[in-house]
Amino acid sequence: MNKLLILGAGTAGTMMLNKFHRVLDPMEWEITIIDHNETHFYQPGFLFIPFGVYKQEDVIKPKRDFFPEKVNVVMEVIDKIIPQENKVYLHDGTELVYDYLIIATGSEIAPEETEGLKGELWHKKIFDFYTLEGAMNLAKFFETWEGGRLVINITEMPIKCPVAPLEFAFLADWFFTEKGMRDKVQITFVTPLSSAFTKEKCAEVMSDYLKEKNIETIVDFNTGKVDNEKCKIISWDEREVLFDCLVTIPTNKGDECIARSGMGDELNFVPTDKYTLQSKDYKNIFVIGDATNLPSSKAGSVAHFQSEVLFENFLSIIKGEEMKAKFDGHANCFIESGFGKALMIDFNYETEPMKGSYPVPLIGPFKLLQETRINHFGKLMFKWTYWNLLIRGRELPVSNEMSMSGKIKEEETKK
Amino acid sequence: MATIQIGGKEIEVDSDGNLKNLNDWNEDIAKEIAVLEGIPELTDRHWLVINFMRKEFIEKGDGPTIRRLTKESGVDTKELYALFPKGPAKKAARIGGIPKPKGCI
Repeated sequence: MNKLLILGAGTAGTMMLNKFHRVLDPMEWEITIIDHNETHFYQPGFLFIPFGVYKQEDVIKPKRDFFPEKVNVVMEVIDKIIPQENKVYLHDGTELVYDYLIIATGSEIAPEETEGLKGELWHKKIFDFYTLEGAMNLAKFFETWEGGRLVINITEMPIKCPVAPLEFAFLADWFFTEKGMRDKVQITFVTPLSSAFTKEKCAEVMSDYLKEKNIETIVDFNTGKVDNEKCKIISWDEREVLFDCLVTIPTNKGDECIARSGMGDELNFVPTDKYTLQSKDYKNIFVIGDATNLPSSKAGSVAHFQSEVLFENFLSIIKGEEMKAKFDGHANCFIESGFGKALMIDFNYETEPMKGSYPVPLIGPFKLLQETRINHFGKLMFKWTYWNLLIRGRELPVSNEMSMSGKIKEEETKK
Repeated sequence: MATIQIGGKEIEVDSDGNLKNLNDWNEDIAKEIAVLEGIPELTDRHWLVINFMRKEFIEKGDGPTIRRLTKESGVDTKELYALFPKGPAKKAARIGGIPKPKGCI
């Protein structure tokens, strides 16, 4: 009996479980998935909670609803992996042996990494929206807030869903406009990057939107500490930004079990081959989603595209064949821009986001790098797709490799 | 093709303004780039960081993040910012003749 162990039952782990369950012969394979939390969070939905668009019930479901029958489910904290011995130890002392391991332990915010961030004002005037608790507390705060300086601050890269902080700024502009108090709220976007976004072409478009929406941008700001008494964030080079409400995107880290296993980098992300998704150190370990150290975005769409590559390569490896599938860094995101509109971007390791249509050339229905209403509906409809197709490992009508068809190259745009 | 003038020589640079070829770099060039970056003199502490950056780049194909720099080089964040004001990783990379660290996407 071959043993496949999947660590983590988030987006990536659940997708892999469903895909492998369908093709691996149960007479030959025993599949086990391990996680410590019974609840599956629809993380893309957290962004909408502070603005009252989504409620808690929109973004949570029991994890077990998405597991196939006849797989072993273990709900326990992972203590550590001993990769040299092909063993995983759980918090309660259980020892599990594997032939193949898939690490899908994700990433979490680590506000304790920044001095003063998790101080007195935490969840009183300082909020995150990367946890359900943070997003819910912020929603409550916004209900009665009378306005002032709203500061959105990315502490340190990399972060999960790098477009979410921008979307938050755009949605806040819309939300306070609708409430008739936009003139009382001064919105500032503070980032350690040198521009509004990681990808140059998209950054240009985004900084135009920020200007248009009267959102001040402060770049190259590396947050050193938070002063809870004077309500300000201070950068390492001693610049200061005052806030009345701080929406923080704290440092993101991989799971602590990776650190306990001695398998991660300085942020607990696992060194992974950027094309094959195999662990750099162990041939029988694959890594997927936010848990990897890849230079691709940490996002559900990326985990989805990776899942197809991992699936193929895993099947090759167990047959003793060479791995053929290559992950190209493909990412695809909707960017909510407020007032019922959104943009969409599609890019990979090599190609910057550009204009065009997606997924069908010329037709779309989605428009790349342009603001449309249908993109916004796409984003809202994605919740259905996520719960019903994506994490169940079903085929989506999009290709995992990025395609150039339907995209308009820069030279053509200029004509 | 972009170039910069250093010590009377034209040296090729990338779109960020960092040296394009690792082999064009030497310590004298580093000193001149440092001056252009507003650092008149490179101390031993500067060199510790610059050499660490180069070593990481040669081994891994990318310069380290600030977090890795502080963890591995023994220079803490506060001092890094004092040595290379504004953007330590970016500045030290430029002076060290390696591309701007990709950081993360």
